[in-house]
Amino acid sequence: MVVVNVLYDVGARDEDPKKTGFAHLFEHLMFGGSVNIEDFETPLQLAGGENNAYTTNDFTNYYIQLPAENIETAFWLESDRMLSLAFSEKSLEVQRKVVMEEFKEHYINKPYGDVWFKMRELAYKQHPYRWMTIGSQLSHIEEAQLKDVKDFFFKYYRPANAILVVAGKVTTAQVRALAEKWFGDIPAGVKYDRRLPQEPPQQETRKLVVKADVPLDALYKCYPMSARTEPGYYVADLLTEVLGGGGSSRLHQRLIKEKKLFSQIECYHTGSNDPGLVVIEGKLIKGVSMEEADKAVEEELEKLKAEAISEKELTKVKNKTESAIVFEDMSVMNRANSLAIYELLGDVNMMNTELEKYQAVTAEEMLTASRRLFDPLNSNTLYYYSEK
Amino acid sequence: MSVQTKAFLDRTIAPPIKDAIEFDLSLPPYRLQTLSNGVEVYAIDLGNVDAMMVSWIFNAGNSWEPKKGVAAAVNHLLKNGTSTRSAFAINEHFEYYGAWLNRGSHHETADLTLHCLNKHIGELLPVVAELITDSIFPQEELDIYKKNAQQRLQVSLKKSDFVAGRLIDAYLYGPAHPYGVYMEQYDYQQLLRDDLVAFYKQQYLGGACRILVAGKLPADILDRLEASFGRLAIHAPEKGVALPAPAIVPATQKKYNIVNDPNGVQGSIRIARNFPNRHHPDFQKVQVLNNVFGGFFGSRLMANIREEKGYTYGIYSYLVNNIQQSALVISTEAGKEVCAPAIAEVYKEMDLLREELIDEEELQMARNFAIGTILGDLDGPFHVASRWKNILLNGLDGRYFDEGVRIIKTIGPEELRELARKYLKPEDFFELVVV
Repeated sequence: MVVVNVLYDVGARDEDPKKTGFAHLFEHLMFGGSVNIEDFETPLQLAGGENNAYTTNDFTNYYIQLPAENIETAFWLESDRMLSLAFSEKSLEVQRKVVMEEFKEHYINKPYGDVWFKMRELAYKQHPYRWMTIGSQLSHIEEAQLKDVKDFFFKYYRPANAILVVAGKVTTAQVRALAEKWFGDIPAGVKYDRRLPQEPPQQETRKLVVKADVPLDALYKCYPMSARTEPGYYVADLLTEVLGGGGSSRLHQRLIKEKKLFSQIECYHTGSNDPGLVVIEGKLIKGVSMEEADKAVEEELEKLKAEAISEKELTKVKNKTESAIVFEDMSVMNRANSLAIYELLGDVNMMNTELEKYQAVTAEEMLTASRRLFDPLNSNTLYYYSEK
Repeated sequence: MSVQTKAFLDRTIAPPIKDAIEFDLSLPPYRLQTLSNGVEVYAIDLGNVDAMMVSWIFNAGNSWEPKKGVAAAVNHLLKNGTSTRSAFAINEHFEYYGAWLNRGSHHETADLTLHCLNKHIGELLPVVAELITDSIFPQEELDIYKKNAQQRLQVSLKKSDFVAGRLIDAYLYGPAHPYGVYMEQYDYQQLLRDDLVAFYKQQYLGGACRILVAGKLPADILDRLEASFGRLAIHAPEKGVALPAPAIVPATQKKYNIVNDPNGVQGSIRIARNFPNRHHPDFQKVQVLNNVFGGFFGSRLMANIREEKGYTYGIYSYLVNNIQQSALVISTEAGKEVCAPAIAEVYKEMDLLREELIDEEELQMARNFAIGTILGDLDGPFHVASRWKNILLNGLDGRYFDEGVRIIKTIGPEELRELARKYLKPEDFFELVVV
């Protein structure tokens, strides 16, 4: 098998605040036929291939997995839709509806579905991470025009703004020849020069209270962290493991098992290219007050800020990270995807040095970082109350 | 492969492809070995990364439970205390070595599955053995489980897709059947520690077990398994003893409209019929028919209801992976105002498959997609293990895989139309919309 992965350096962060959700809607349109190929799916399925795509706040990624013998089909399809789309009015009309149903399915028709719309707006005041990839409201999707689609394509979907990765049973010579043949004559275009408003360092404690028709009270806290390529990223990643990674993590053990304040609690980070967020979220046990639950979380953060974690705990989170990297790299699809993302970050060789960067983190660095990260002036807290 | 670079590239012409029927597919075999106590170990030695998976599969699914919820509770709480280790100590041990020990409770079986780097396996197997022989189900852990499970259920019950999934199973199999039964708050409250301990002794401690191990296996893996598990009271499933197969009692009413949330903006649609299990000669043939109908992105349901009409983000049909009896299910979430037309289109697609022959190109597409999926699935040790697991637990053998491939490559439009006439009759289906 072989994987052909095309990543475009455009995500929801690049959208016009009045036309949010567009990068993702556009991803759908990439399957609506290209200039020379009316139907993307049929020829790929005839070649025994599978494909999908996803949009993040940072980038948009398309991937095809198919038998190595049929690799040229993937080059043909991907290069034609990079050359130009068909820009069909019908496709836009249908995909607007499809995306609106996706919006409803995931964010309206689900309890707590609106949390991240509110949290992002609380934590980001300047940076376009303040909206979700699905868009900030249904009307933005409803109002998308074919002209927007064309402008977006010719601004962002040029070879100069794309990364091609091929992984699996192929040789470099084959890939080079195929890439030259199918992509070589597409005008490179101008590399998009990203100039986004950066989020100023947070210097205030922010709180928001919401009431909704949900069965349980829920607590959400988030803290701005380092950008993906900064050393602080690795430290913050390990800190989330200490707090929320698995049954022996601190929040799970103290707050679910010992104090019985939460029925579930998690800690993770958004992992974005520009500075992201460390998130703590939990559902409260019925009868526990929000203030009490919040205070208990704060106490755990204070412990983390007061005393360096033990050698054993540090080894644990590093071992977990090592395993996670090994298992993730077992799939050719993940490898292709990771290579594209590291290249986007500026250095494809990061794929080989990630583990060393985690291994190099010390307990002392984690202590120092936690003080800055979990400073109350760096906190955004959402009390999400059940109306009943 | 040779690549021709032409001065003028005609992009309207697809590159030549190797057709699915030309691919030679075979499922890499397992090595079967037996521990001293008779427990069979199925080993799949593949891959180039020093990592592995070990799965202990017990006859401990909810088909065996004397009381609702016991099987799932026991499986969940296997990691929550032995006579010498607390839940915290157990979790910490596995996490310290970067391992994941997951639990899964199904209808016939329940399992423990370990994923780890090979270098740590020696530290991990003895502790898994301890969980199988010495779990004590502390009352406090059970109390936490009951409370938290009830809270989770409360949240799930607000989701139309969750509610629809429970109800359709109950219509298909009957609310008393292990496939149709579902938990209410009350059932969690009734769980007693004694129920759990008794079930654990019967189904785990002295229960029927199979071990599946996959990855780039170290040479001494069998010795290690023997040392930790070869002398335990677990044993192989007794030959010739059938799995529980309680009576299936489908509902008599066929159509249901449920209002779960008066403010809901979408309906969860489930259209389903009972279907024979994998031993029936039609099973793998209908899988091909299902591919055309709603089995993948290029299927008719998706092309019509998503890509043509935009009623939904996604619609799929599938055969449920049950051992005793399967079901053919069509599942989608659609805007509240378009649920009725979406359902009408599903039936129209059934009509077309019963009335008209599938054309050669579409059939070839479904064939090639199916072969491509299998090829993709044979790529790593864990995928291969999961194929074998399914085959073995269904009481089948390698011939089932080969027969499946043969059917994909050779089944024709006439036979598929016959199958559609037999299995895609709207009057045989339950129809449920939950808003």
